[in-house]
Amino acid sequence: MKELRIHGRGGQGSVTAAELIAVAAFEGGVFAQAFPAFGVERRGAPVQAFVRFNDKKIRLRSQIYEPDYIIVQDSTLIKDVNVFFGVKKGGIVIVNTEKAANYEVPEGVRLITIDATSIALKAIGLPITNTSLMGAFAAATGEIAFSALENALNHRFPKELAAKNIEAARLAYNAVKGAA
Amino acid sequence: MMQMLEGSLAVAEAVKMSRPQVVSAYPITPQTHIVEALAEMVANCELDAEYITVENELSALSACVGASAAGSRTYSATTSQGLMLMAEVVFNAAGMRLPIIMSIANRAMGAPLSIWNDMQDSISLRDAGWLQFYAEDNQEATDLHYLAYKVAEDHTIQLPAFVCFDGFILSHTYEPVDMLTQEEVDRFLPKFTPYQRLDAADPISFGMYATPEYYPEFRYEMDKALRRSRDLIAKAGKEFGTLFGRDYSALVEGYRLDDAETAIVTMGSLGGTVKDAIDEMRAEGKRVGQLKIRVYRPFPAEEIAKILSHVKCVVVLDKNISLGSKGAVGLEVRDALYGSGIPVRNVVLGLGGRDVRKRNIREIVTQTEKGVGELFYGLRTEVL
Amino acid sequence: MALAIGCRARPGKARDNRTGSWRVFRPIYDDAKCSRCGMCRTICPEGCITEDAEGRFVPDYAYCKGCGLCAAECPKDAIEMKQEEK
Repeated sequence: MKELRIHGRGGQGSVTAAELIAVAAFEGGVFAQAFPAFGVERRGAPVQAFVRFNDKKIRLRSQIYEPDYIIVQDSTLIKDVNVFFGVKKGGIVIVNTEKAANYEVPEGVRLITIDATSIALKAIGLPITNTSLMGAFAAATGEIAFSALENALNHRFPKELAAKNIEAARLAYNAVKGAA
Repeated sequence: MMQMLEGSLAVAEAVKMSRPQVVSAYPITPQTHIVEALAEMVANCELDAEYITVENELSALSACVGASAAGSRTYSATTSQGLMLMAEVVFNAAGMRLPIIMSIANRAMGAPLSIWNDMQDSISLRDAGWLQFYAEDNQEATDLHYLAYKVAEDHTIQLPAFVCFDGFILSHTYEPVDMLTQEEVDRFLPKFTPYQRLDAADPISFGMYATPEYYPEFRYEMDKALRRSRDLIAKAGKEFGTLFGRDYSALVEGYRLDDAETAIVTMGSLGGTVKDAIDEMRAEGKRVGQLKIRVYRPFPAEEIAKILSHVKCVVVLDKNISLGSKGAVGLEVRDALYGSGIPVRNVVLGLGGRDVRKRNIREIVTQTEKGVGELFYGLRTEVL
Repeated sequence: MALAIGCRARPGKARDNRTGSWRVFRPIYDDAKCSRCGMCRTICPEGCITEDAEGRFVPDYAYCKGCGLCAAECPKDAIEMKQEEK
């Protein structure tokens, strides 16, 4: 079983990201489970969302403490929340930032930085970064196919909005693939 | 067909396919997504029902009582404070023998205010005369609605039912759920034919007063009907299994229990985490098993006594506390095992959304084997 | 922190939440274009824009969420929303 933890702020779409990643993974033929951990329900408050991937039915319901993957939607969280907590050796951390990759992640963990905000502004016209980060996740981990992500976005959003979000995801996907 | 759905949406779909004629509910976290979805289905003419918007939960269930007495299949959903605001009508609905189905997205009771999960809400209304089903995953959360309607509406039962599933932990989780088609649901769940109903041409009243000469007999009849529902759940649950491959005939279910020395008793979504913890402990040679209670009312005391008769000790995990006493399920399991000599340990955990991990379950088992441990598990002593 | 029996709490204020860290865009004022009308202060949903001694309007970046209403409403187009470096 592989596990993903997403850190974001209320309103940034962390829960939607978890949902769509799980939907895409399910399309790829594995069992998936996505769920949020709500703190106080207001915009801007730190939130977490979780995804599990497994080749058989997932029964475990606890939150995720030792993830294989971490997505950080907003790098300003790093000073408030221990976002890298518990990440497994050999794991992958994806941080949305335009700065150079100078965060201290645990040893043996691969850090990927991506300027998802700029990508989202370019593709969608809004600083909604979750779909870009999904593209980056697909490229970095191989847990979900890009085509499955595309289908999930097409299913979830009206046509025009879906197209913009797919473009954002594609730009991020290509950026991560290109850097690898 | 297997679909990736949020628990709330899967439940809303199941309710839609159960063809309720009247839906009345008031939105409250974490039940909101269910009633939002149903309101949308009614607005989009996907569900041919009357959706009665109301000012609060007391009115929501009152509307359902009226609609059910008039002969409609009715549905509501709530949780926590909302359920408590309904409390008076909850008792009345059962006394009037109205087969209303209500989803409970289980949530803690305030104060302190908590939107997170435990089972204090529905368990606090265990004495109201409603059937109470508890789901371990979203598959059960959906399927149990069909079962609840079928059993509740039977003319030998005529009692309302809660279908309970853990708020957020199930209601907000996306996972694969095998959804039935409308044709399949129709094959299992016939049209509602009320035993008696309000009719202007032949007027009757429901819920009249009963003098001391009659009151105990009314209560006795309710108790008898609730007990009778065990056989009906078994029958309908078996039929569901024959038709769709998921057998819900058992009120309780064992997991790796046959040769177990220690049995962990759970209700609701905690059962999944416990199963994973049991697999780990089994791999280390510990003979641990799980007993899951799917039907809490009527309480399956005989089934529990039978299935646990061979174990050396029992630990009951309660996501509720009868303050000043113990966890509600623990008390009743102990009662079911009275005279067997099997020690029963009661553990209260997961209150107000406190996360429960596999390692917690393992620690509880170790404590139990050593004969140590308090009623409350995992308290943060630094804040006491 | 010890529990407060009865779940009691002292009065708090929204000011305790320094919401500036959510900002993606920062409002930058062009002093030469500004007519000192004060529309930005009126419209700011955070109430975080104040007038200084010289009559200039200054947002408090500790609270400004970067919603951009001030820039959208400014009759002189004197406010530019610039992407923050994160």
